[in-house]
Amino acid sequence: MSVKIKEYAGTPLREEDLKQGKVLLVDYWPKANYIWSAGTAIGRYLAELKNGRIVGRQCNKCGRIVVPPRMFCESCFRPNDRWVILKDTGVINTFSLSHITADATRIKEPLIPAVIQIDGTTDAGILHLVGETDPEDVRFGMKVQALWKPPKERTGSITDIKYFRPIGR
Amino acid sequence: MGLTEKIRSPRDMIHVEGEIPVNYLYTAGVAGERFLREIKENAKILGTKCRRCNTVHVPPKIYCERCFERLDEWVELPSEGQVEAFTTCHFDPDGSRLAEPEILAAIRLRDADESIVHRIKEVHAEGVYIGMKVKAAFKEKKDRVGSVLDIDHFKLCAP
Amino acid sequence: MITKKRVAVVGAGMTKFMRRAQETGKELAYEAARMALDSCGLGIEDIECVTMGSAPDAFDGVHMKGEYLIDGAGAWRKPYMRNYVGGGTGVFAPIHGWQHIASGLFDTCLVVCEEKMSSCRPHPQAAFLTIFDNLTERPLGPNLVWIFALEMHRYMHVHKIPKEKIAVVSVKNKRNAMDHPCAQLAQKITVDDVLNSEILAWPVQRLDISPTSDGAAAIVLASEDVARKITDSPVWIDGVGWNLDTAYWTNRDLYYPQYVENAARMAYEMAGIKNPREEIDFAEPYDPFDYKELHHMEGLMLCKKGEAPNLAWEGVTQRDGKLPICPSGGLLGVGNPIAAAGLMKICELFWQLRREAGKRQVPGDPRTAVAQAWGDLMQVGTVVVMRA
Repeated sequence: MSVKIKEYAGTPLREEDLKQGKVLLVDYWPKANYIWSAGTAIGRYLAELKNGRIVGRQCNKCGRIVVPPRMFCESCFRPNDRWVILKDTGVINTFSLSHITADATRIKEPLIPAVIQIDGTTDAGILHLVGETDPEDVRFGMKVQALWKPPKERTGSITDIKYFRPIGR
Repeated sequence: MGLTEKIRSPRDMIHVEGEIPVNYLYTAGVAGERFLREIKENAKILGTKCRRCNTVHVPPKIYCERCFERLDEWVELPSEGQVEAFTTCHFDPDGSRLAEPEILAAIRLRDADESIVHRIKEVHAEGVYIGMKVKAAFKEKKDRVGSVLDIDHFKLCAP
Repeated sequence: MITKKRVAVVGAGMTKFMRRAQETGKELAYEAARMALDSCGLGIEDIECVTMGSAPDAFDGVHMKGEYLIDGAGAWRKPYMRNYVGGGTGVFAPIHGWQHIASGLFDTCLVVCEEKMSSCRPHPQAAFLTIFDNLTERPLGPNLVWIFALEMHRYMHVHKIPKEKIAVVSVKNKRNAMDHPCAQLAQKITVDDVLNSEILAWPVQRLDISPTSDGAAAIVLASEDVARKITDSPVWIDGVGWNLDTAYWTNRDLYYPQYVENAARMAYEMAGIKNPREEIDFAEPYDPFDYKELHHMEGLMLCKKGEAPNLAWEGVTQRDGKLPICPSGGLLGVGNPIAAAGLMKICELFWQLRREAGKRQVPGDPRTAVAQAWGDLMQVGTVVVMRA
């Protein structure tokens, strides 16, 4: 703040002021519902998840194999060339121990979100959860494998993989 | 492939349905608070006047958008004015047909330089014209909450 | 890079940053813009164009927020553009304004940034959730904090940084903010307070995070000839840079913000800076989380990769240290109205370089400083170099 300025504008309100009706309010609940289409690449990705497989795409120009798949290589800026069926194993690149859920509810047993680099890709990772492990035992670089839902429970969603669990301990 | 097909329903493609889960609590603002409180308590409509360009703003603001001067001169406006523009609506915001068509108008209160939007009732749609003189019909004090709907509608001025 | 005119900041203003303001977005924008004009004695008729930076319409709950804010931003019947790059907006808006003048098209420009996040219920975070891919990520039920936790944890792992050396940034900035009249969360805390605060998603704890806020800031830009007529001490924008990385954030190594380095290189080259560590007197990198200040210090090449936590721990980045970082108190102390926060940092550079920062004044004779903002899905770096 400049020393020349004496007063700064702004009328702070507290949550109690709102509850006590100290100021007039309009409460609006928009109906913002959406149908998001998967697109070509993710359409196939999700369909293959239902089959129990993780797929990526490869660009022949730079050689990168990426997941989640896209139909173009963003570094070469050209369409990429082929689908690659990947293993369902990978390595933990980073992780967190989360005591909050999506709507900020507190939980005692942490969820373990992680970026898992899928074997066979060019260091490409996906966001997923780690399970069947003590939170204290999770490590950077840990080898993990997908635990799939049984085929009839799969719907073509990233949650067809329940979580990734440590292997080779 | 994709770009050349006609898709009739997004649900025919692999998709995910969801929402953006928010609701909003809007404050009226510094100027809006005073404006709405005056309507609620006293059934009076206030505006703010710019000392530099003399524009009378309603709904009132704390700044004149033309001069960018701070506005602190509050004026009481009459609740009569004239129709500057109007339309008859046959559908509600979700696209369903209204039982009774609604007349919406931009109404410039006497002494104001700006119009407000409100409903016109107690008159047939065919009878509305630009320049028509109208007057605010306020709700009973017990039913007023501090909203522009505390004015229930505008109606024809008695001749 | 060839520019037609040199550009200076000649005035600045901002509102208090608050958790929830009574003022509407328009009123907040007006207060900041009016203060900026008054600070250099200009009227709105002296302003030839306006650029406005504001984050998603979903926060204020107003569609086409840029257009909604026009009258409060002084842009009635003027050439007007809105810009938005997430949190990077606050430093991008002055770059956008700079383009208007440096191109030779205009001589004066008013830059305004506003955010009113308190309208969004139950919490602005809910509007953020769609930053996650709807098909591949949202079904996992992520919380926004996860992305930061994953990035912070990777950064800590690669450089073997203990949490204390990050917590010290939160302590410093909240303490610095006690000298800032607009600050929302100025307070004296200790490293232990941070380490004992609620764990949200390890390693992120409550006191590592800046608050959501309502607020606005504004600056007045002028071309060289006009600037010299308005004030004896214009502050020059000598370097600008901006860069974005891919949205496929899980395909990058999050330990280093390459996009900030790219933006910084662009700005430093323009400003003729060869050795940022020696030539920059103080900096305002973006600090929505404490580890981010360190992450960005390295991206700005103010120190080697992994070195920033040690500098913070040793007190080098205190206001009276060798390289003051966030003398304003940053987002952690002053507040985080998404777009206005970055512009607050630009205002700080302006006041500091004119020796008008009062109790926050960095000692010595600071002449060159850098401000940086960041945003989106760990994606955007926006950098501005200013000189007295």
